[in-house]
Amino acid sequence: MKRILVGIKRVVDYNVRVRVKPDGTGVVTDGVKMSINPFDEIALEEALRIKERGGAEEVVIATIGPAECQQQLRTALAMGADRALHVQADGVVEPLVAARALLKLIEREQPFLVIVGKQAIDDDNSQTGPMLAALWNRPQVTFASKVELSDGKARVTREVDAGLETLEVDLPALVTTDLRLNEPRYVKLPDIMKAKKKPLETLPLNTLGVEAKQQLKLVKFEPPAQRQKGIRVKDAGELVEALKKKGLI
Amino acid sequence: MAAKVLIVAEHDGTKLNPSTAKSVTCARGIQGAEIIVAVFAAKPDAVAAQAAQLAGVTRVLTIENAANEHALAAVLAPQVVAVAKDCTHVLAASTTFGKDLMPRVAALLGTAQISDIMAVESANRFRRPIYAGNAIVTVETDPAATIVGTVRSASFEAAASGGSAPIEKASVNVELPTHTRFVSVSAAKNDRPDLQTASRVVSGGRALGSADGFKILYSLADKLGAAVGASRAAVDAGYAPNELQVGQTGKIIAPELYMAVGISGAIQHLTGIKDARTIVAINKDGEAPIFEVADIGLVGDLFQIVPELERLIG
Ligand SMILES: Cc1cc2nc3c(=O)[nH]c(=O)nc-3n(C[C@H](O)[C@H](O)[C@H](O)COP(=O)(O)OP(=O)(O)OC[C@H]3O[C@@H](n4cnc5c(N)ncnc54)[C@H](O)[C@@H]3O)c2cc1C
Ligand SMILES: Nc1ncnc2c1ncn2[C@@H]1O[C@H](COP(=O)(O)O)[C@@H](O)[C@H]1O
Repeated sequence: MKRILVGIKRVVDYNVRVRVKPDGTGVVTDGVKMSINPFDEIALEEALRIKERGGAEEVVIATIGPAECQQQLRTALAMGADRALHVQADGVVEPLVAARALLKLIEREQPFLVIVGKQAIDDDNSQTGPMLAALWNRPQVTFASKVELSDGKARVTREVDAGLETLEVDLPALVTTDLRLNEPRYVKLPDIMKAKKKPLETLPLNTLGVEAKQQLKLVKFEPPAQRQKGIRVKDAGELVEALKKKGLI
Repeated sequence: MAAKVLIVAEHDGTKLNPSTAKSVTCARGIQGAEIIVAVFAAKPDAVAAQAAQLAGVTRVLTIENAANEHALAAVLAPQVVAVAKDCTHVLAASTTFGKDLMPRVAALLGTAQISDIMAVESANRFRRPIYAGNAIVTVETDPAATIVGTVRSASFEAAASGGSAPIEKASVNVELPTHTRFVSVSAAKNDRPDLQTASRVVSGGRALGSADGFKILYSLADKLGAAVGASRAAVDAGYAPNELQVGQTGKIIAPELYMAVGISGAIQHLTGIKDARTIVAINKDGEAPIFEVADIGLVGDLFQIVPELERLIG
């Protein structure tokens, strides 16, 4: 079966202004809205469009995390994914651990394409995709803004610092999504009902033979340095004066 | 064990990217570190000569191979691993080049990566931003593991030139994949300063209304000798090309002067400009969040203010 695997991470919603806990042990997540990582919605949307064009037969989503992640998996199923895999892991899941777990799922599911986000907006690591491609020993195209599939190959345009770069890779391959790849669809109410019946399989991390080893010790969390309060000027003339005074023009 | 840092040079085949000089400064924060810059290229000599001039560099290694003509992570990663064999740290800039390559290197080494290093506290303790810069976390690695990291360019000054490190050829004997092929790159060429290194940046948002509307910013930028940037909304709407996007998912910059014109100041945008020395905001909405971070704020209509500014600057 022609299958696409998509990584879904549960993160603090992008509209939330995240605050550091006063004791510096982490950020406040109690009672905070959680969502699918925005780049993963884009990843799923791309997979669904490929399937709708007849380029794939099944879209499987996967997450590695605690039980609550199933909420985001259900939302993703409502968006249109066919099947969900929940790798149960509590505590910190570093990108290398996520990549190792996803590799086990690749071995099981044999997808021809794996799509993940370019970064998760919680830790802003931007690591899992390339790590997984390396472990899988397959091509990677990061920061994709256009994906075209043809016989056994993918031609992918990526957003790089210089502009747009196009690569051609042999399939199977891994792609990470940038924001302009597509605009994800909204979930409709009836689909939420239907999604409740879609298959969601739970697999404890250790049964995959992956160790939840945390390599980086998180010593402390701090709020960023605050900027000094600025001044207001009333017109362009005053602005030019203020800039001159600072020696900026 | 004495620290030995390998920095993967970023370049376009002829010029060393300025972000590499910033990674060198980051590496100099690791006490007593030997700093080796590795240049992977089809013809590495010109770039190697530039790297050798960076103050603090101990040695430059060139890895010449036709397969290295374009920076393909899958091709470079096994070579980096081979060259880094007895290194304690492997670093590259946190640009699209480094973000693409380094996690692939880390995975081959079986080690965790530290992304966006903004400060070095010790050889195995670093600070980095998370949650779009809303929190700074201090992380510590196992000192016995090879440390792989990307360096947040906006946090470090470029290393001075004036050095004269020896340049050596290195040969690596690893099999390189052929499954990934470069097709093309479309880089808009202009004479304006580069967004990532410019000391002045004029940025526009959705309020500019069209690609045509953006022209008034180019015109002001030219007067100031500034680079042009854009918010994501402006890029999404097609007013500006994607390589101009500033923010969490665009470029993180630290100019002396940043002028945000018709940009509301969403948290994802502010992430990209936190280290700017002076932020100027021009916005018709006095309540816009951009004013919370602006050093100089001006409430008004940009279509009046910008041409007037240009005239006054003369
Ligand atoms: C995962 C994720 C990542 C993102 N990454 C980025 C990123 O890297 N960079 C980024 O910029 N955004 C990013 N965004 C988008 C961000 O949330 C905002 O939507 C975006 O920055 C808004 O752009 P804007 O300020 O141009 O537009 P708006 O928010 O629409 O603001 C327009 C502003 O122009 C003002 N204005 C209107 N007319 C005039 C006039 N005539 N004169 C003066 N002022 C006027 C208005 O008062 C308003 O404040 C990201 C979002 C997500 C979800
Ligand atoms: N725990 C996880 N479960 C599922 N997918 C993940 C997980 N962590 C990361 N990913 C995927 O990898 C992408 C990049 O994440 P990161 O490397 O953490 O920035 C995310 O957008 C997801 O698609």
